[in-house]
Amino acid sequence: MSAISELSQIRRGGGKRGPRERPKDTKAALVFLAPWLLGLILVTVLPILASLYLSFTKYDLFNAPEWIGLDNYVRMSQDPRLGASLGVTFVYVLVGVPLAMAAALGVALLLDKGLRGLAFYRSMFYLPSLLGSSVAVAILWKQIFGVDGIVNQFLAVFGIEGPGWISNPDTALSTIILLSVWGFGAPMVIFLAGLRQIPVMYYEAASVDGAGPARQFFSITLPLLSPIVFFNLVLSMIGAFQAFTQAFIISGGSGGPSDSTLFYTLYLYQKGFTAFDMGYASAMAWLLVAIIAGFTAVNFALSKLWVFYDD
Amino acid sequence: MTTELITTRDRRFAQERQRIRRRQSAGLGGRSKVSVVARHVFLIATSALMLYPLLWMVVSSLRPNDEIFRLPGLWPLSFEVSNYTEGWNALSPSFGTYLWNSIVVVAGSIVGNLISCSMAAYAFARLNFHFKRTMFAIMLVTIMLPVHIVIVPQYIMFSQLGMVNTFWPLILPKALATDAFFIFLMVQFIRGIPRDLDEAARIDGAGHARIFLQILLPMMTPALATTAIFTFVWVWNDFFGALIYLNNPDLFTVPLALRQFMSAQGASNFGGMFAMSVVSLVPVFLAFLFGQRFLIRGIATTGIK
Repeated sequence: MSAISELSQIRRGGGKRGPRERPKDTKAALVFLAPWLLGLILVTVLPILASLYLSFTKYDLFNAPEWIGLDNYVRMSQDPRLGASLGVTFVYVLVGVPLAMAAALGVALLLDKGLRGLAFYRSMFYLPSLLGSSVAVAILWKQIFGVDGIVNQFLAVFGIEGPGWISNPDTALSTIILLSVWGFGAPMVIFLAGLRQIPVMYYEAASVDGAGPARQFFSITLPLLSPIVFFNLVLSMIGAFQAFTQAFIISGGSGGPSDSTLFYTLYLYQKGFTAFDMGYASAMAWLLVAIIAGFTAVNFALSKLWVFYDD
Repeated sequence: MTTELITTRDRRFAQERQRIRRRQSAGLGGRSKVSVVARHVFLIATSALMLYPLLWMVVSSLRPNDEIFRLPGLWPLSFEVSNYTEGWNALSPSFGTYLWNSIVVVAGSIVGNLISCSMAAYAFARLNFHFKRTMFAIMLVTIMLPVHIVIVPQYIMFSQLGMVNTFWPLILPKALATDAFFIFLMVQFIRGIPRDLDEAARIDGAGHARIFLQILLPMMTPALATTAIFTFVWVWNDFFGALIYLNNPDLFTVPLALRQFMSAQGASNFGGMFAMSVVSLVPVFLAFLFGQRFLIRGIATTGIK
């Protein structure tokens, strides 16, 4: 069961609780959970509380934090670069994630139904997703889409003079979106595993009843796969909001040209770790969490309309 | 041994299923031979297009600088190994240092994740204790929590502990099971191991420590391998953490060194930059080559119901 369905089950208070067992292993559990509990408190919970406090202060790491109330949040609402970074990030998430999902699902469907060489193709499509978050591939991307890069050399064959994709504010973000789509292999593997779980007899019964491939896809494959599409969608969106490395490397850390690749996390980094405006960076982090939580909540609410659980 | 049995049975089962599918798609699904060929052509063309940039980088790393952007093809006309030797020594210290630093951080992270996550997973999968469901829910939520909400205070904490410009901020959180994704992965795996084995050992007088170490851990090797390989790939590629905590060039990991290379010589020494980029990708490629089975099974089992 995926993390998400398990979580929503706990929230509903239902699920496979079974007969309630007496909590008799508390001592042993404390020992086994010790590293995790320590980490939860020291590296997660306390820092979260600290960042909430810092978001109401002015803090530069060297002088003591100074309480300034809601000033950071007010400044954020008036900060044009923050607005720009939100715009860039929304475009990246709302365009890149659906494109990657569509590619992953499309290729998974082509690969399913006993095509020979499945393992080979799966490997070829999966490899980029492992390499895609590396600095090396970001460097490569920057060269491919440069003025003299291979993309423009290819276009030149057809007599088209391509722009400097990276140095042009109109196209720079698209190259980074394309890089994220290039990594569609990870969700594709999950889709493939999901497709395999659909019992073959459903299709057999459907074709006996005279259902064609399209009807089978919309009446069997899509509903039974929808929980997995939902899982991939939610996790990909959460991940995409945090994208950082590729934009940092391709723009040289600036988010340029003209802030066209200023991802939210990149701006947060600039504020927190180059300008050392740590109060502001903390406030930005809280806005990010609020946005991600909001998007996830909307996803869950919408899921009632299209996700089909057969249990 | 039991797991081996299960996997061979699994595999045979999968093969059988595939055979059924194949028969079905050949007959009932109405797929003609033409459409199968068309699908192969499309898949080969798409995967070739996707892998082309990587192959181009490998070939370019063996070309002299003036050829790299003149020749878009893949045919290696020249074989300039000097890119590798020059690139290796282009920064000070040399790339050997960065590779070593990355290896240290990766090794520490793997050990930390394996120990801390397997312990937590045992508790969640096998023990009954107060607030178990609440804690499990908290654990699941932390998987989805963005790192940015903790990074500023974490940085302040580690800098007050004098740990900035050491590897501790990168390794210590792993030893405290902050990569909760792996706890979840291992919980899933342990749930699939029959409880009878634990019960039998308990009747023989074994305590939790022995059940965990001598019965469950050996049976969990596939889950442990998945954890180790994913940790390897993610930490090897990690740029954000290293960027924040390491600013002494002697401590740079490979991603930081590549970024340094790009800002220092990225507009002139393309051959050297590509050569070192290739070097940085080789370990991930090897992990993919030899660990693919574990990676694919790992993401498949945590991703589906």
